[in-house]
Amino acid sequence: MDGPTPIFPTDAPPPSGGPLGSSAQEGSPRKGLRGLLLRALRGRRLGDLVFVNLTRSAAVVVVGLVVGIVASLMISGKPAFEAIGSGFLGPEWLPGGQPPRYGALPLVWGTLVTAGLALLLGVPVAFGIAIVLSELAPPVVRTPLSIVIELLAAIPSVVYGLWGIFILAPFLRDSVYPGLQATWGWTGLFGGAASGYSVLTAAILLAIMIIPTVSAISREVLRAVPVAQREAALALGATPWEVVRMAVLPYGRSGLFGASVLGLARAIGETMAVTMVIGNRNAFFSSLLQPANTIPSVLANEVFEASGTHLSALFALGIILFLVALTINIFAQLLLLRLRRRGAHA
Amino acid sequence: MVDPAVGARRTAPALRETPSTKVAIGGLRAWFGSKQVLSDIDLDLPALRAIAIIGPSGCGKSTLIRTVNRMHELVRGARVEGRVVVDGHDIYAPGVDAVAVRRRIGMVFQKPNPFPTMSVGGNVAAGLRLNGVRDRAVLDAAVEKALRQAALWDEVKDGLDQPGVALSGGQQQRLCIARALAVGPEVLLLDEPCSALDPIATSKIEDLITELKERLTIIMVTHNMQQAARVADYTAFLYLGKLIEFDRTRRIFETPTQELTEKYVTGRFG
Ligand SMILES: Nc1ncnc2c1ncn2[C@@H]1O[C@H](COP(=O)(O)OP(=O)(O)OP(=O)(O)O)[C@@H](O)[C@H]1O
Ligand SMILES: [Mg+2]
Repeated sequence: MDGPTPIFPTDAPPPSGGPLGSSAQEGSPRKGLRGLLLRALRGRRLGDLVFVNLTRSAAVVVVGLVVGIVASLMISGKPAFEAIGSGFLGPEWLPGGQPPRYGALPLVWGTLVTAGLALLLGVPVAFGIAIVLSELAPPVVRTPLSIVIELLAAIPSVVYGLWGIFILAPFLRDSVYPGLQATWGWTGLFGGAASGYSVLTAAILLAIMIIPTVSAISREVLRAVPVAQREAALALGATPWEVVRMAVLPYGRSGLFGASVLGLARAIGETMAVTMVIGNRNAFFSSLLQPANTIPSVLANEVFEASGTHLSALFALGIILFLVALTINIFAQLLLLRLRRRGAHA
Repeated sequence: MVDPAVGARRTAPALRETPSTKVAIGGLRAWFGSKQVLSDIDLDLPALRAIAIIGPSGCGKSTLIRTVNRMHELVRGARVEGRVVVDGHDIYAPGVDAVAVRRRIGMVFQKPNPFPTMSVGGNVAAGLRLNGVRDRAVLDAAVEKALRQAALWDEVKDGLDQPGVALSGGQQQRLCIARALAVGPEVLLLDEPCSALDPIATSKIEDLITELKERLTIIMVTHNMQQAARVADYTAFLYLGKLIEFDRTRRIFETPTQELTEKYVTGRFG
């Protein structure tokens, strides 16, 4: 056969035999009506055709964009991979050094730790907000509170960064970190002189930045839990909180997981605010109060003064970041599949 | 020596003649917002009987049974006035905890609604867990008992850890009945429990209701006249939020005193 099979053959009635189909077949005396119906049907077919092709081309465009971006990154990064090779696995990123060093691991480490920590700090708060908004808060507070949360999502990240530099970091340095060092110093996680510009500050700022997104999506997920599920718990004598725990959260868990993954994606890719508060030090850190760097923050810092191998190495970093994000996404999808399979709801 | 159980059994027929009142509804009115959907319902429901509530769609049947376990007030803007006296205690009296009321009065809904992330056993144990029961053995025993009472045990005993939603629709509905029974309610409210089920599953649930009323009081909404006639000892006919007639089921179907009732049960309704 040549060409794609049309969804409906052009001159047969549609497969659903319904009243439309039968009256269209009824013969000549009702030519006017029949013509009208046929035209309406054709219109529907045309609409379907346009719709299908539009969505199809949208999908192609998206995939093409991703492939194109990755390919161009690869091409630009290839010289660096050839010149540096296993040097990317070194412990230090020092492009200006003699000789220059391009160890990407500390940056990967910085990216993972800040994003992971942000998720750890932000997601529980975001879920809490979502639960309050969708389940517990009296209706009068819900709307204003939701609007405030959504406003937070609209603040540009450079503004978060400014706030981080001038308010959050000094506050943490003066009022929080000394106490943290005093009580939890023995864990070794909070050693060193705390300047305020550090991994933890970046993670806290990131947590604040992902909270609006994660809580807004989570709220929608919780709202979509059917009344029947809530009533099942209520009829057993569940208190509002017990309804949340026994019916609402379990039902929505795959959606909540998805919301967290989106939060993680945002945290991994966030550049500006992190660059502004993380302290920009390109080596491994063991204390969360040490300055560090993430891949995006290095890219933002160095891209305008780089050339030659250095520039190519930055492209290579871009690929590495892409791979990190891809790996996390694949794991997330696998986990999601398992969640879905265990609690199979439609 | 006289076996006390035998003695009890001997007095049972007498009790059957004049059953005591389990749920006494008095002057009950209910609203959704400003719309009144129940007006001045007075209804004395006998203990250990199955009571059917019938009436055309939208007449307030669901609302009526939802006032009996204080579910109605959970809808935003919904309001109740009047009395619902269960065993001599008004559940709408000030200071009565609605949550505690719902733990004593079970409810099963039109569409089966097992918890999708819980196993069969987990669903049945859910209410007990709410009540703080943690002991594995106690839970297992209660799960088995409830599943037996719900006539589901034989079908699921080898798959208690399977997801509850993997059962068929009829099994799911019996699972929901088991879940309600597990906490030992004295009254069971059923809102069109069979309307999503096929005839075989329906007749299983009907048999079940007949068995269960030995132990608890059953209030059931149904659109199915035959069903009401088959399983209910008493039937209440509701129309436009008013109680038109309440009597033994046989009288409602054979010699109703109200013309409206007769028209409705004979299917000659406007
Ligand atoms: N959530 C709600 N908000 C506003 N009005 C409602 C709500 N639920 C029900 N009603 C109205 O209350 C009246 C009684 O409803 P109810 O559900 O008790 O009827 P029903 O007899 O159970 O009907 P059906 O046989 O269709 O289930 C109806 O007129 C309905 O429109
Ligand atoms: Mg109803």
